[in-house]
Order: sequence, then C-alpha cells, then structure tokens
Amino acid sequence: MDITQYTFYEQAILFIAALVVFTSFLMLAQRSLFGLIYVFAWQGLMVSMTTALSAYVTQFHHLYVSALITLVLKAILIPLMLHRLIIRLDIHREVETVLYPAYTMTAAAALVMFSYYVVLPIEQLSSLATRNTIAVSLAVVLLGMLLMISRRQAVTHVVGFMSIENGLFFAAVASTQGMPMVVELGIAFDVLVAAVLFGVFFFHIRSSIDSLDVDQLNRLSEVER
Amino acid sequence: MIALYLVLLVPLLGMAFLASFGHRLRAGRVNVLICVFTFVLTLVLAVDVLIDGIITLPGKQFRVDAFNVYLIVLTGFVGMTTAIFSGPYMENERNHGRLNDTRLRLYHAMYQGFMLSMYLVLATNNMGILWVSMEGATLATVLLVSLYRTPESIEAAWKYFILCGVGIAQALFGTVLLYFAANQMGGLGDRALLWSVLYEHASQLNPTVMELAFVFLLVGYGTKIGLAPLHNWLPDAHSEGPTPMSAVLSGLLLNDALYAVVRCKMLVDGSVGSPLAGYLMMGFGLLSFLVAALFLHRQRDIKRLFSYSSIEHMGLMTFAFGMGGPLATFAALLHMTVHSLTKSAIFVTVGHAAQIARTQKIEHIRGLIKTQPVIGWGLTVGTLAIAGFPPFGVFTSEFLLLTATMHIHPWLTPLLLLGIGIAFAGLFRNLQPMVYGLAPQGQKAVKVNHWPIMAHLGLVLWLGLAIPGFLSDWFNQATNLIAGSFPQ
Repeated sequence: MDITQYTFYEQAILFIAALVVFTSFLMLAQRSLFGLIYVFAWQGLMVSMTTALSAYVTQFHHLYVSALITLVLKAILIPLMLHRLIIRLDIHREVETVLYPAYTMTAAAALVMFSYYVVLPIEQLSSLATRNTIAVSLAVVLLGMLLMISRRQAVTHVVGFMSIENGLFFAAVASTQGMPMVVELGIAFDVLVAAVLFGVFFFHIRSSIDSLDVDQLNRLSEVER
Repeated sequence: MIALYLVLLVPLLGMAFLASFGHRLRAGRVNVLICVFTFVLTLVLAVDVLIDGIITLPGKQFRVDAFNVYLIVLTGFVGMTTAIFSGPYMENERNHGRLNDTRLRLYHAMYQGFMLSMYLVLATNNMGILWVSMEGATLATVLLVSLYRTPESIEAAWKYFILCGVGIAQALFGTVLLYFAANQMGGLGDRALLWSVLYEHASQLNPTVMELAFVFLLVGYGTKIGLAPLHNWLPDAHSEGPTPMSAVLSGLLLNDALYAVVRCKMLVDGSVGSPLAGYLMMGFGLLSFLVAALFLHRQRDIKRLFSYSSIEHMGLMTFAFGMGGPLATFAALLHMTVHSLTKSAIFVTVGHAAQIARTQKIEHIRGLIKTQPVIGWGLTVGTLAIAGFPPFGVFTSEFLLLTATMHIHPWLTPLLLLGIGIAFAGLFRNLQPMVYGLAPQGQKAVKVNHWPIMAHLGLVLWLGLAIPGFLSDWFNQATNLIAGSFPQ
C-alpha cells in the first residue's frame, strides 16, 4: 500500500512508532545513566502517544486508559524511581563503556530487519491501521534484549527489561486493540512490583559486591570449580 | 463452586495476615493451618469436579476440568507438607542467626503469595491472567531466593529475576499473538483470551500465527520449566534459597509452567494440524533431559545435584507431552505427580541433611544413616524412587513412556535409556558416601518432623503398586482431553 493513501492520523502513528525504535537505538548508544533514563522516559511517552492516537483513530475508547497507564507508569513513575535510586546509590557520575558500538549498532539494525521478516504473516492478516507497527514492537523487544546483553550495569539491565515491557505493550496495542482490561491491569501491577523489587535488589547487590557491575556476580557457575 | 472461590481467597487472606504477624513464634503453625485448610478446600473442589464435571465460575474467568483439578490437589498437598516441614526448619534457621524477624515475616507472607499465584495459574481460564500469575510467582519467590543475603544468594536471585523476567516476556508476546489470532475471527471481544473459547474455535485460528505464537510461548514458559539452554537460573535459585522454597519450586512451579505449555500446545494442535508444536517440545525436552543427566556428574552441592535432577525429569515430561498420543500423555501426567511428590520429599530430607552437616557441600555430608536413620533412609529411598527403581511410581511412568516411545519413535528409546542410566550413575555416586560414609565426630541429629517425608514416599510407592480408581479415572479423562483419546 502506498504511504500517501494513509490518513493523516495513520501517518502520525507510523511516524511516532518509528521514533519509538529510534529511542531504542539511542539507548543502545547512551553511556551515561541519566541519559539512558531520560531516553527511556521518552520511549514511554511515545508509546503512550501512539496508543492514544490509535484510540482516537480506531474509536476503541478503552485504549485511552491503556495510554494513561503507560504514561503514568513508563514515562513518569519508573523513570522517576530509577532517577532517585541513582542519586541515592551515588552512581550518577558513572559512565559505562559501550563495548564495540559499531557491532552493536549493526546487530541492532539486523534485528529490526529480522523482526519485519518474522511478523510479515501477521501484518498481512491484520486490517487495523496500526498493523505496520507490529514489527516495531518486536524490534523494541529484541533491542531491549540486546541492550541487556551488551551492558554490564544493573541499572541498564533494568532499563532494558522495562524497554522490553514497552515493546510488549506496544505489540498488544498495534496488533490487536489492546488486551482485555483485567489482563492489562495485571501486567501493569506486575511491572510496578518488579520495578520496586529491582530497586531493593540494587541495594542488595551493592552491599554484596560493592558495585553494580553484574559481571562481578560470578560466584555461581554451571560446573563447580 | 464455592470451594473454588475459597481456594483462591484463603491464601490471599493468609498472605495479608502473615505479612503483619509472620514473625511471631507461632507463625509457622499458622502457615501450616492455612495450608491444611486450603488443601481440604482443594479436596472439596476435586469432589465437586468428580461429580459435576467441569466447573466454571460466572464470567468464565476460572475453569477447572480433569486436567487442572488433580494439579490443584497436588499443589495443595505439597504446599501443606512443605509448610509442615518449614515450621521447625525456619525456626532452626532463625536460632542459628541466619534470619531476623523481618525476613521471617517476608518468608511466611510470600509463601502464601506463591501458593496463591500457583492456584491462579492452574484455575484461570484466561491466558492473560495465566501469564500475570506466572510472573507473579517469580515476583513472590525472587526475594525468598535471596533470603539469606549471602553474595551467592543475591547473585542467584538476580539471575533468576532477569532470566525468568526476560524469558516470560516472550510468553507475553506469544499471548498477544494468541489474542491476535482469536481477534481475526471477530466478535469475541474480551472473551478472545479465554482458553475454553480459543479451544472451541481452535480449528479456525490462523495456523501461521499460532505457530509463531507457540514458539514464543514455549521459549517463555520453557524458561520457567527449566528447559535447556534456558535452565541456568534453576540450579542457582534452588541451591541458594531456603530449602522449603526449593521443595515448592521443584514440586509445583516447574509443573505449573509445563501445564501452561501443554494448554498452549492443545490450542496450537487444534489449529495447525501439523506436529510442529510436538516436535519442538520433544526436541527441547530431550535436550534438557540429556544435558541435565550429564551435569549431574559434575555437582558438588547437594541441592544443585537434585535441581539438575529436576531439570532432567521436566525434560522427560516435556518430551512425553510433545510426543503426544494417549499412552505418552498418561505417562507424563503420572510422572508430573510422582516427580513432584518424590522431589519435594527429597528436598525436605536434603534440607535436614544440610542442617545436620551444617553445609551443602556433598563432600562434607557423611554418614547420614548412622547419625539420623530417618534422614539417611529417607534420602536413600527418595533417590531410589527418583532414579526410577521399581516399585515406585516413577518407574511406572518411565516404563509407560518408554513403551510409548517404542511404539511411536523407536529410534529415540536408546537415547532415553542412556539418559536414565547416566542420571542413575550421577545420583548414586554422590549418594553412596553421603548416607553410608563415616560420620564426622560430634555430628548430631536435628529435630525432624518425618511425617511429610513418609507421606510423600508412601504415596509414590502406592502409585507405583496400584493407581487408585478415581485417580486413574482423572488421568484418563485428562489424557482424553489432551491427546484426544483414552489410553488403552
């Protein structure tokens, strides 16, 4: 289908969805922890905006509620919490080394193409205005995993984890009209509890290895030495 | 029907109560009482299902049929016996200064929280709620894994949290795809995530989407089952957490994750018409089975040893469900029961053995039979049972599985036999010195409630000698539900 055939709102959805992937790329390149959290908050905001826009286009009003949940949870509450934790842990000056940035970026681009390939059969089936963004959601999930693999900082891992959740939530909005409300609330509850637990863990890890570098968590191994 | 409400309500209230009073002296007893009460309720529920068939709550969000009712009863039973074991065990840990009041309160509250999430996973009819409760189980147990706050336990808990969190995120993507496939039919609205509705319309669901969904669901819930190569969290979490937690993780959580995969497989099979889902499960199952059997030989920590044995058995069950067919499915259902009973009994004895020897290192645990015969013999008999010796129930189910494999995929039988042999050797080379070896000077017996061990092993023995009529009826019905026909 030609892009000019889309209505204004559909084009806007596509545009913001593209920005969501862009934020994922930014996270991969971001070295300071604060920067990472700001980018994560932006991602949350944009996912929420896309949701609100699709609610407007498709006239599924309960999507407004989903958009609100995302906005509060992913764009405000969790970034704020992480921000405060970083200050309390006194690690805001830490700059993480990004190993092999060029390779990471190439891998990320390949992952985006891979997700377009994987979801092709789904896109062809769907009749929703948002169908072009399904690949975006899978890409955000995969890029979140890549972020977790390529970094060593516990806080970065949590941001990667939450970004994966963003991608999943986006998938639910893009491919269907959002999950049933009770499921969505359940997921939001789980994410919130997980965020609080992660905060608790930062302090535990710090008190046990005196750093938040998860590479130093290496006491247990598959075969004991 | 009222029993189903109560089964879900009682652990919830118990969690709230223990969250405020869980550090008191009698909190362990209260925990036992709550579990006993829930177990009685699950029995009432089982009788209801036996009489009325499938029970559905209004709104169809909860549904109990032959497949999940026996798992609910099993959950109630293992939860109860482990609570009985946990009371004196945790008291002992507190006396040794490994715990303080706050952590004991957390432990008791989360014990009930975990039980609640298990009942929710089993009883729900909504694939979304299934995911939410499965994630809830991770959240409830993750702080328990790091309960002792040692560097190892924190590392184990972090690994568990991250690996299971990311793993189970894949299952959510799979669930979204399920919902998408159901939405294609139109007109289902919010009911499109209900398992019963999906099952009814399985043949109309788009096969390509369902295949894709199953891959994600298998990887997601498979992480929780502990399928190789996603099993890394399991031995760590089992070895570093408190022993009652290891018992319920091995006995209940792994079973429930497998239950989720089987439910998904039933949907995919109805839609796809090719054995893809089954082959995937067989592949992952067989791989985990063989990998875990080999790793059994390299373990030096007694709890890690038995958690690898759990991976091995979960692999075997996944393989059996994947192979399908009435005989293999029946074997897998039976194996779920006997493995769960045996393994939780083993972890109970292992917990006491570690308290006797004051270490979990296999090389320092010696002479258990001499120091405390109940523990020594319990461990021996439990290991005999789990290794698949007759006359225990594990033998029966493994024998049935081998027979089924001979019929369907004869060339895989040698692999299974080989794995069982390797696992047997791996368990016994470690067991032998632990129970018979020379006891170190001054090793003293600990206070033990041997009732749970006896009950579990007794049941496994009973199931090996004769499966009671009502139970085999259940298994038959569940087999019919999953495999489409009754076993011969």
